[in-house]
Amino acid sequence: MVDAVAHFSNWVTVILMVIGLYVVLARGNLIKKLVGLSIFQTSVYLLYIGPGKILGGTAPIIAEGFTVYSNPLPHVLILTAIVVGVATLALGLALVVRIHEAYGTIEEDEVLGREGDT
Amino acid sequence: MAIACVRNLFAVVALGGIYSFLMALALLVLDAVDVSMTEASVGAGVSTVLLLGALYLTRIDEAPPLRVSAAPMVVALAAGAALLYGSWDLPPFGDPAGAIHHHVAPRYLNQVIAETGVPNVVTAVLASYRGYDTLGETTVIFTAGIGVLLLLKGRRRRRDGGGAAL
Amino acid sequence: MMHRETIPRVVTKLLFPFILLFALYVQFHGELGPGGGFQAGVITAAAIILYGIIFGLGAAHRIAPPRLIEVLVPLGVLIYGSVGVFGLLLGGNYLDYFVLDPDTVHGQERGIFWVEIGVLVTVSSTMIAIYYAFAGRGR
Repeated sequence: MVDAVAHFSNWVTVILMVIGLYVVLARGNLIKKLVGLSIFQTSVYLLYIGPGKILGGTAPIIAEGFTVYSNPLPHVLILTAIVVGVATLALGLALVVRIHEAYGTIEEDEVLGREGDT
Repeated sequence: MAIACVRNLFAVVALGGIYSFLMALALLVLDAVDVSMTEASVGAGVSTVLLLGALYLTRIDEAPPLRVSAAPMVVALAAGAALLYGSWDLPPFGDPAGAIHHHVAPRYLNQVIAETGVPNVVTAVLASYRGYDTLGETTVIFTAGIGVLLLLKGRRRRRDGGGAAL
Repeated sequence: MMHRETIPRVVTKLLFPFILLFALYVQFHGELGPGGGFQAGVITAAAIILYGIIFGLGAAHRIAPPRLIEVLVPLGVLIYGSVGVFGLLLGGNYLDYFVLDPDTVHGQERGIFWVEIGVLVTVSSTMIAIYYAFAGRGR
């Protein structure tokens, strides 16, 4: 029982990761794929931040009266990863918009079908 | 999850915004205040606007899939099972004895006031101890911005027109 | 673009300066509390994007001209990089802040300050440029 609570954050991470992976693999719509990729990305945020937490610790801002702080290193890595993530999301969306202009569709199957026709 | 099932992409984007706020709350509970702030403004704010902009430029409804296959579900579940199996060997949640807390983190926490005088350890590590990483990440954002401008900036033109107008 | 919705227009006009002020607070208070260049940049961009959504792209172009934004995108990276070069010139390693001031702690604070400015400029102008690219495409 204690073990189940101890690994709860890992389980949430794994569940989100599986949902993201499934959306990326199964859905043909390119925008839906990008949303799935974002879900996968947030599961990675949890994967980093979760282990960095110490029970009874506080946020890593040094102040009087606190001695236990959560690990600041994952916070730094994920902070930049979020902003980089939205920049790459924008790049992906720009590619989707160009694909829509070239092929008139954003479904992967239809794009591949039109490639085969020509 | 609803995001996987709903076909109307507008609903998907709205759900994505709500999901980002919930994720920001979860990060706040995990003591990551800086990350939570970023996720709330980036995930729920900017990326929702960008997704809506892309939807406006393309189509709002998802076509039904041409063929339904079980392979993606099998792959995803297998990967999930493998990860769950691996998670049993990780240290328990919130344990101060975990390996992650004994590498460089104690040095950052103990030396940061003496070396930089900045109480927010996240800012100090971000800008000072790991300045190279942040320089690289700033460059990635810069490159992504240039890429988007190159892809979208040019006026819509005929296929046989010259390519110099980018 | 919304031209007849009174409440969003009035609320946007009221909130706009405060959003920018909050971004500056997050930027310059980031060493003491939560915040920093990345968050402040995104909040600044969000203010401009809100203005653009409510009042139209033309209004947003008037307060943040696209030419200026396109200059600011590389300028932020240059500020960041030149902090490192400045350290080199003063005899330290690249991105070494200890040499920026005789008092090493002071030098660290100065280095972090300028690096965060660089991050702020890059992030905010990149986000605004991306928004302009998407919004300008539809017309």
